[in-house]
Amino acid sequence: MGRIAPLLWLLFTVGGTVAALLLPVHLFLTGLAFPLGLVEPPRYEFLQRLVTHPVTRLYLFVLISLPLFHWAHRFRYTLYDGLQLKHLTELIAVLCYGAALLGTAMAAYLLWTIG
Amino acid sequence: MSAEPHYTLYHPRWYRRRVSVWWWLQNRAYAGFVVRELTSVFVAYFAVLYLWQLRALAQGPEAYAQFLARLRTPLFVALDTVAFLFVLFHAITWFNLAPKAMVLRLAGTRVPDRVVVGLNYALWLALSAAAAWVLLRG
Repeated sequence: MGRIAPLLWLLFTVGGTVAALLLPVHLFLTGLAFPLGLVEPPRYEFLQRLVTHPVTRLYLFVLISLPLFHWAHRFRYTLYDGLQLKHLTELIAVLCYGAALLGTAMAAYLLWTIG
Repeated sequence: MSAEPHYTLYHPRWYRRRVSVWWWLQNRAYAGFVVRELTSVFVAYFAVLYLWQLRALAQGPEAYAQFLARLRTPLFVALDTVAFLFVLFHAITWFNLAPKAMVLRLAGTRVPDRVVVGLNYALWLALSAAAAWVLLRG
């Protein structure tokens, strides 16, 4: 774990920045504005075309993957400090970064095969 | 005693006072810290939500309509309201900490914290407006 620690901190920072800059607007639109009818949700054909554009694929990959690594790193320490699970260090690290890797693989697969 | 002392990452023999799992409820600053740490759970929730949406889009118009209908249920509206507030808290605390995390220098003088924070908020507004503009054209 020691050798890749700087990489994990970098992913935490970059993922946290991506999450701070972009998640509020996406969550507000997808989770609140569209379901509550504040604005009309985009039509299927429009989103389908948008998502198959190479720039959108890359954007969505970044938008999903990097915040997941931000979560993995921060949640790992939340569990250590908050719940005092210091004896489970390795198990927690494997589960957190493993989940982030799994989500990244799913995003890559979906974005690669869509359209 | 062996010649080489055995080092461990933790020192179970040290005396440690037991601290309650709820230590962070004793004081506002501690509670703020833990709430900030918990924002990460909702950051991960967003990733799952978008993976779900992508899968619905890949499966076709019916699956997408079903996805939209599911998000209109009170359970998801409530969950997304909470998630939005946590993600907003993450964004605000993240921008306000930016000048402390990275000191910016221009021509030898430190760029004032207010300016760094202001630039972060300006970038946030610009990117949010751009993302909304792209999504709302459809």
